[in-house]
Amino acid sequence: MHDILEILEKDARASPEQIAAMTGRSVLEVAEAIHQAEESHLILRYKTVVDWEKAGREGVWALVEVKVAPQREVGFDRVAERIYRFPEARSVYLVSGTYDLAVVVTANTMREVAAFVSEKLASLDSVQGTVTHFLLKRYKEDGEILVSQQQAPRLPLTL
Amino acid sequence: MSVAQSKEAADFLSQRVRQIPASGIRRFFDLLASMDGVISLGVGEPDFPTPWHIREAAIYSLEKGYTTYTSNYGLLELRRALATHLEGRYGVCYDPDTQLLITVGVSEALDLALRAILNPGDEVLSPDPSYVSYMPGTVLAGGKFIPVPTRMETGFRVQPSDLEAKIAPRAKAILLGYPSNPTGAVMEREELLQIAQIARRHDLLVISDEIYDRLVYGVEHTCFASLPQMPERTILLGGFSKAYAMTGWRVGYAAAPAPIIEAMMKIHQYAALCAPIMSQKAALEALRAGEAAVLEMVADYDRRRRVMVKGLNDIGLSCFEPQGAFYAFPSIGVTGLSSEEFAERLLVEEKVAVVPGSAFGAGGEGHVRCCYATSLAEINEALRRMARFVEHHR
Ligand SMILES: Cc1ncc(COP(=O)(O)O)c(C=O)c1O
Repeated sequence: MHDILEILEKDARASPEQIAAMTGRSVLEVAEAIHQAEESHLILRYKTVVDWEKAGREGVWALVEVKVAPQREVGFDRVAERIYRFPEARSVYLVSGTYDLAVVVTANTMREVAAFVSEKLASLDSVQGTVTHFLLKRYKEDGEILVSQQQAPRLPLTL
Repeated sequence: MSVAQSKEAADFLSQRVRQIPASGIRRFFDLLASMDGVISLGVGEPDFPTPWHIREAAIYSLEKGYTTYTSNYGLLELRRALATHLEGRYGVCYDPDTQLLITVGVSEALDLALRAILNPGDEVLSPDPSYVSYMPGTVLAGGKFIPVPTRMETGFRVQPSDLEAKIAPRAKAILLGYPSNPTGAVMEREELLQIAQIARRHDLLVISDEIYDRLVYGVEHTCFASLPQMPERTILLGGFSKAYAMTGWRVGYAAAPAPIIEAMMKIHQYAALCAPIMSQKAALEALRAGEAAVLEMVADYDRRRRVMVKGLNDIGLSCFEPQGAFYAFPSIGVTGLSSEEFAERLLVEEKVAVVPGSAFGAGGEGHVRCCYATSLAEINEALRRMARFVEHHR
């Protein structure tokens, strides 16, 4: 199963036929395993890593540090839920260190991000403070290096 | 002064070098270089760059000013790490002070081994087909190369009885190269045990080129020196080029009994002095922290191996399952072409480069070597083109 997931994580478009050839399993077995992984939410979604900057769309990303006073019984989970339900919060993580929740916020403009942070995040009761870092340049996204690189060529024939 | 017929430049060449036939593949290489849009399955090295942590360690060593010669044997810390690595992996014990030599790749180690042991006319037995250096390396060292045929039916593993049948009074050494370039064959432990017995019975040395030791799929690699009573008659050659994707660094090693390592070191000392220090530093980092990267690359090659082998069988180029290295070695029998004709026409008609099996010895005729250390997209496209080609030439 993990072998199939690893292949799909790298290339969501790999077909059951291709995966079968790569893993030495039957096409049927692979198709069934993928179906089950989808059903049981091992696979959440198939997505595409896009270099939006290159595609000419600006967009604004920010990493927001959120310091939270944990609540009795539910700890950080409740406030995390209040935050992750906003579509502007692209990713939400509980982290160790000087702050508690790391929130990746995306919006069209800086003003939108600022409004979201001040009106929605900072105003939550248990939120004690936020620090917003606007993303300036993207070097690597989900394992893909975005700055242009060239691969040194290999000799086409070596014995 | 006598003005005898003066020599042409070529007349200065030694008899020894003249014995080495010019590579038949040269013409093919030139043709390839003149073409665009070729998919090459003719490469012989990983398509991964060296893992970043290894490159970074080398950069750091340069920043620190490690730009000098090293001991002729190689950096002691590298030899120590290597001894630990070999013991941990294969249970073989080598003294880093006297039984290990760091070389300029396995290429140099092989040359040193042959030069250290061969007297003129001594015979070296080696599977046919085998890696291109074995025959010329033997001849240049003054020895005689004795090919031992291997067959597809036995997965190109050299059969102990075939080997023994070729042993003559001048036999000095058996040169093994498994996992094999070009066939991808991996020897079974039982067969190696029999070869070990033969080596003892006929008092032969074994040179075991195990550069592809880490690239095996679903089977275990048996280190020849780990077999009973073999350390004292084995020269183990190993390297970093394939496992860690470090072909350009030119670093490898030999492990053998102290008198042999000392003899090899004598030649190495005068011919190469030492392997590049930054490469040795990189090799050290590879041994210390490269394991995860090796496993990841092996898993990746394995996927492509399956696609390549299945694809070749599907288009009628029957291919036994290679269990090591990164080559498939299909039979081209259905086309009725010789391996050189096949390779040349495939290149011209479909722009796919493969290596004719005959480049690896007479035993490679009827096959071509296809390297799968190339992207899946390229492998699939190459297979499509080859399918069309085979359809044409059936
Ligand atoms: C079987 C075999 N031995 C040795 C070598 C040379 O390795 P190195 O890069 O360590 O000189 C190669 C390279 O292709 C090989 O295939």
